[in-house]
Amino acid sequence: MTAARRLLTNWLPLYAALYIAFLYLPILLLPVFSFNTSAVPKFPLTGLTLKWYESLPHTPALLDAAWNSLVVGFAAAVVSTLLGICAARALTRYRFPGQRAASSLIMAPLVLPEIIVAVSLLLVLLQLGLSLSLFTVVLGHVLICIPYSVTVLTSGFEGFDRSLEEASTDLGETAFGTFRRVTLPMVAPAIISSLLVSFTISLDDFIMAFFLSGTDTTLPVYIWGQLRFAAKLPSVLALGSLLLVGSFVLLTFAEIMRRRAERRTRNTGGAFV
Amino acid sequence: MIEISSVSRSYGAFKALDNASLSITKGEFFSLLGPSGCGKTTLLRMIAGFDTPTSGTISVDGQPMDGIPANRRPTNMVFQSYAIFPHLNVAQNVAYGLKRLRLPSAEEKRRVEEALAQVSLSGLDARGATELSGGQRQRVALARALVMRPKVLLLDEPLSALDKKLREQMQVELRRLQQAVGITFVLVTHDQYEALGMSDRIAVMFGGRIAQVAAPKEIYQRPVNRQVADFLGGMNFVKAEIVEENAASITVDTTGFGRVRTDKPQAFVRNGKAATLGIRPERLRVLWDDATSPHEVSGKVVDRHYFGEITHLIVEVPGLEKPLSVSETNNFGADDIPVGAPIRLAYDPDALVAMAD
Amino acid sequence: MTVAAEGSPPLRAKRAAAGSLLQSEQAQGMALISPTLLYALVLLAVPVLVVIAHSFWTQDYLTIDRTFTLENYRLALTEPIYRDLLMRSLYISLTVSFFTVVLAYPIAYFISFHGGSRKSLWLFLITIPFWTSYLLRVMSWKVILGYGGVLNSGLMGLGIIDEPSTAFLYNTTAVILTLTHAWAAFTILPIFVSLEKVDRTLLEAATDLGDGPVRRFLRITLPLSMPGVIAALLIVMIPTVGDYVTPRLVGGKDGVMIANAIQAQFGKAANWPLGAALSVTTMAIVTAMAGVTVFILRWAARRAR
Repeated sequence: MTAARRLLTNWLPLYAALYIAFLYLPILLLPVFSFNTSAVPKFPLTGLTLKWYESLPHTPALLDAAWNSLVVGFAAAVVSTLLGICAARALTRYRFPGQRAASSLIMAPLVLPEIIVAVSLLLVLLQLGLSLSLFTVVLGHVLICIPYSVTVLTSGFEGFDRSLEEASTDLGETAFGTFRRVTLPMVAPAIISSLLVSFTISLDDFIMAFFLSGTDTTLPVYIWGQLRFAAKLPSVLALGSLLLVGSFVLLTFAEIMRRRAERRTRNTGGAFV
Repeated sequence: MIEISSVSRSYGAFKALDNASLSITKGEFFSLLGPSGCGKTTLLRMIAGFDTPTSGTISVDGQPMDGIPANRRPTNMVFQSYAIFPHLNVAQNVAYGLKRLRLPSAEEKRRVEEALAQVSLSGLDARGATELSGGQRQRVALARALVMRPKVLLLDEPLSALDKKLREQMQVELRRLQQAVGITFVLVTHDQYEALGMSDRIAVMFGGRIAQVAAPKEIYQRPVNRQVADFLGGMNFVKAEIVEENAASITVDTTGFGRVRTDKPQAFVRNGKAATLGIRPERLRVLWDDATSPHEVSGKVVDRHYFGEITHLIVEVPGLEKPLSVSETNNFGADDIPVGAPIRLAYDPDALVAMAD
Repeated sequence: MTVAAEGSPPLRAKRAAAGSLLQSEQAQGMALISPTLLYALVLLAVPVLVVIAHSFWTQDYLTIDRTFTLENYRLALTEPIYRDLLMRSLYISLTVSFFTVVLAYPIAYFISFHGGSRKSLWLFLITIPFWTSYLLRVMSWKVILGYGGVLNSGLMGLGIIDEPSTAFLYNTTAVILTLTHAWAAFTILPIFVSLEKVDRTLLEAATDLGDGPVRRFLRITLPLSMPGVIAALLIVMIPTVGDYVTPRLVGGKDGVMIANAIQAQFGKAANWPLGAALSVTTMAIVTAMAGVTVFILRWAARRAR
């Protein structure tokens, strides 16, 4: 038994390392080739250059798309986090009829093919006579961000000891005062984490933006357009690398916030060190 | 100080509290004692304002509490989980409620320090809430409530999260603190030793009803029924038949203890002729050698359990359907009595109590 | 809460007050969730219903003819192109979900049982690639598998092949490979969560009762983590059926999937009802397939005990 066990424990870390490599290597190719002098992404590398990065700030269409992405991402993050707070609070703090159905509908975009969600939305928006714009993109992004916001916020709200709010009331605080002085500071990290996650999703999303944007586009749609031209590939790689770094920084920050939120709520309760 | 008149609370078909009436006097250390689900916490939370009676009224200091929200009641609570705000330090936790009063900052500081001194936490002001031990958390919770100078301090199982040693130490301290501040304390607990050791009076509750309200000694020695007797500690029950009942006393016939007259427990309700005679195991003493007593029973040791300072002897007495349990200190060698040995037991008739079944 | 108290006899008033308290708790919860719910209703439930409605109508040049018809479904289900696309999409999504789960299970197991204090770090490491742009991840596979790509240049450099192969890109396998990579992280989380819930003393009990590590795994760990496996399968299977980007970028002619056809109907072909019918059919089939998968796995898990 011990021999088999040793095999099992030794086999797994190796597999885990390979798996991580499988996950990361293809993505890491983007930055590697973005520094390569050759316009064709293939080995061996021909030389180190920053020229693909230098060209980026001189492409107005790209700058527009980047700005649009920021605006859309910011709006989607704020709206989906606000809606997420309502839902997460309602789901963790209250019990009411239809709760399961409501939460299933809110979480549904997570398990629906995104193209179908996008197409349905497109159909309705066009029927309503709304013209496609960045606003319609935000509408779509909020829809797909809400499930993630709700998940992040729920984990922040859960385990939040109700007696903390009761203690605040007991000590004379009003409902609003309790929210401001106890609830909000406790869940602030979860809220920040939700904002960052939604922003990242919006920033990276292609399908919704592809179907719902008008003449103004977001970065992924811009990249999609550039992919047709082989000559543009290196700049796209450079742009992609920047996005990669951006996402990574945002998510690391979101993760730190989420953990802080979890630690805060976990340290209440009756469990002592 | 607190008047609870015919208060009931139901959740759907479930009656958490059934027509409970109580009056708690000013400066009293009062305990609500009972097994989990007996309604004691529901009652406490209704006094605090976190729950509303389905019917009945609660008044505090002569003022009815109907419709007054928890944040405007003259009560403060120590929560079972202590509910220490994790994002605030010790001093900020204690000052939490004071902030609403907008006191001058020197006055606020003085009161916080005074409260921390009361619970022996001086000097820990700046300690983070997550860096406290269980006992310290409890003290912060106490200070946070006391600093508000409530008319009533409500304590929801405040010692249940502590280990045994700390719990015993805190019992003494809580009692001392209550006497020092003179505030009415209402404590909820399921631990009979806690209730007996700290309280001026105890209300024992079962299934949403208050079974008996009395001082600790009275409730231990003169329980109103078998359920209360059992919950407060071990007791020998002997079948009895009522031969006479008057305002002050009851006379019963038993096999084993013969005819016994005992004081009538308060709220005694007879149930036909049958009754139960009870005696606590430590009130039966072993008669050594040729010592005699005007009140004795004799039997045979059938089992023996050693507990360090005491030994439990299980004694079969002819005529009793169940053997008697005897708790004897080991000063005289009760732990050496062999199983199977004949034995004589003495008792004080005052230790006998007649109960409804 | 106090409103009910006016005038009526105290006892009844109290009861009403308590009732309204209970109700107001429910009402508060419902009020709180309503903005989010309303959003999902208006922008998800209603649009899906509109799509379903469209699928029974016909496109008449620029207008929609609203007479009920099943013609779109007849087309979607019998027309060889659509039937093939549907079948291929289902095949791809089933294969992808199978591979992702099989590849992810050992990782989830490793993190849960041997992750020690670094569990959340591992999870974070594994989820990071998932959060980077989907488009970019697919693109990197194009770079790897392409004619002048990394794989070809690498293999040529090693002398394994003499000239670049076109066999890697623009086929179903490329789509499967890319999707498996793209969804890998998504499957680990649910499996990990269900493994975390497995009470470790159960495993000790199984060992105590004579099971070796393999039997113990098959009889205790695997069945108890089945809910996670099912969730992982579904979470990959359902969205991948409708994937659009991957087949467009790396699928070529042989890798086209149903989403590309749906997009065409809403785009160039401008036949909304047919696009709607294809969408609804896709959803219906994928739901049925998900149901069957769940049923089979549950049945298998019961048999394994």
